[in-house]
Amino acid sequence: MYIDNKKVQDLADRLSSSAEIQGRSLWQDARHRFLKNKAAMISLITLTIIVIFSITGSAISPWNFEEIDWDAMSDVPTLGVPSIQSGHYFGTDALGRDLYSRVIQGTQISLMVGLIGSFIAVIVGTLYGATAGYLGGRIDGVMMRTVDILMAIPFMFVLILLMVMFGRSIYMIFIGIGLLSWLDMSRIIRGQTLSLKNKEFIEAAVATGVKPLTIITRHIVPNVLGIVVVYATLLIPGMIMTESFISFLGLGVQEPQTSWGALINEGAKTIQHGTLWQLLFPLSFFIVTLLSFFFIGDGLRDALDPKDR
Amino acid sequence: MSEHRKQILSVENLSVEFDIFAKGAMPWTKPDKLKAVDGVSFELSEAETLGVVGESGCGKSTLARAIIRLLPAATGKIVWMGEQDVLTANARSLHKIRSNMQMIYQDPLASLNPRMTIGQIIAEPLTTHYPETTKAEVKAKVNEMIEKVGLLSNQVNRYPHEFSGGQCQRIGIARALILKPKLIICDEPVSALDVSVQAQVINLLMELQKEMGMSLIFIAHDLSVVRHISTRIMVLYLGNVVEVSVANNLYVNPGHPYTQALISAVPIPDPAVEKNKKVILLEGDLPSPMNPPSGCVFRTRCPKAQQLCAIQKPALLEYTSDHFVACHFAG
Ligand code: SF4
Repeated sequence: MYIDNKKVQDLADRLSSSAEIQGRSLWQDARHRFLKNKAAMISLITLTIIVIFSITGSAISPWNFEEIDWDAMSDVPTLGVPSIQSGHYFGTDALGRDLYSRVIQGTQISLMVGLIGSFIAVIVGTLYGATAGYLGGRIDGVMMRTVDILMAIPFMFVLILLMVMFGRSIYMIFIGIGLLSWLDMSRIIRGQTLSLKNKEFIEAAVATGVKPLTIITRHIVPNVLGIVVVYATLLIPGMIMTESFISFLGLGVQEPQTSWGALINEGAKTIQHGTLWQLLFPLSFFIVTLLSFFFIGDGLRDALDPKDR
Repeated sequence: MSEHRKQILSVENLSVEFDIFAKGAMPWTKPDKLKAVDGVSFELSEAETLGVVGESGCGKSTLARAIIRLLPAATGKIVWMGEQDVLTANARSLHKIRSNMQMIYQDPLASLNPRMTIGQIIAEPLTTHYPETTKAEVKAKVNEMIEKVGLLSNQVNRYPHEFSGGQCQRIGIARALILKPKLIICDEPVSALDVSVQAQVINLLMELQKEMGMSLIFIAHDLSVVRHISTRIMVLYLGNVVEVSVANNLYVNPGHPYTQALISAVPIPDPAVEKNKKVILLEGDLPSPMNPPSGCVFRTRCPKAQQLCAIQKPALLEYTSDHFVACHFAG
């Protein structure tokens, strides 16, 4: 027999049964492609481990991130080396504080900066860009010129000035990054919306009488969401780097709190004392995380837009 | 047109203009005007089908969008159900009119939101105009519509990309019909489909019209497609009506040189007739609507053009009964 009887029977059953067939949405297709992307999956796993580490890692450390180990402090290059016995798994920093706990603390802050920054970008940028693009005309002009003006402000300079004026604080960084991050996003989304706007399904919705806000949330946003997700993932490392740069300059987070940038800064300063671990531990976390985000973003882009490969 | 039938739509002297800004022009310079639709008038009665035919760029899609007020009209009147002007209706009454006036689009896949299931797509007009409908009612109505257009109701949870072009067009029809509108505007609904599927979709529309009694405005770019479905046919050229007639009259006795050329290009399914047929070939391209010819819009390509044609624009005059032609030398 050339025909598999069982399969034919199955097909007949499926066609005749009145059970509703579950369709495959574009999201499901994308997930399927993403799961097959090795680099992206490895990065996702790595990133998950880092996140879990930053949340639970402090449980196994006898030291707190601000406690000073006076013994180790007396001779950091020899007593402060990474070791299991002393409880300083990553060694200590130049002041004798436990580096393991400090890396955890830094990871929390840095990831937070990245996540909050891109969260603001996604919410504000998407709605702002979609509204400007959809309404068009004069409103679009005013909204996008505002973005242009904000973009023209030398952000880093203003942020540093603000820190000098109001004192260093992590909140300053959140505010600064929040103000900046949605600008690019809103431009990208506006462009996408403009091209979507002329699609017939939008016209059909208008002709049916669907309200503008519903058109934006129901028809435009879901169709630009793929780009939003990709861009947001690629935005996170940028945010982390901005924060690290500011902290590296010695501004940014306030002692005893720390971030990757601040840790790398301190590690780099003491490198001539032979305490290489003080640089290497935070630096490798920093690099691995950034690479993971880039690979995930890349994988998402391939998965969500298969034409673009 | 029979007198006792109720009039659905009457369009009077409708013009649509676009502003064209020259490249690199200063923002304060006056834009050029492009007249996409120029003084079109017609009437449509209940359960009637008006075929609108013309080359691409003749303003047929613009006309459709102006009627449903997706585009603003420059001048004219669109009277709905003999009482309300669509062009001046406020937001509330426009919303109401739109529930009775739906549209079917040219590109079947592009007219469906790829992120929504077809059940959601078909239900959208219903949930927009009657938000108080319960979920179960919506579902029942959607299933009813899906079956009406010849698809299986167990497909509601699938997505548009899982269907063929012809099926997508059926989904578009189901969406247009769910509110049981009085008028459906079909903007070249079959020109993106295979020939065999075209016939199916046209037959489906005719069946549904018989069953539900709505009026249709059926736009197409060639006369053979609309012949089957139309009760009256209107031929557009460069935004102007050049001929409008009861369907059969137009084929048997076309009055305008442009219509004659279009009809001579339609193949006849009889080899003997087809062989001896004289095809009138039109020379040249459609002139730019930015800069239309003086007098008769067709004169640059008309085989019968004479001096008068350049000076005076021909009016749409009765040619035979219920058959109007805009040509000085009709026949
Ligand atoms: S009016 Fe003149 S140019 Fe126009 S169609 Fe008639 S004959 Fe041709």
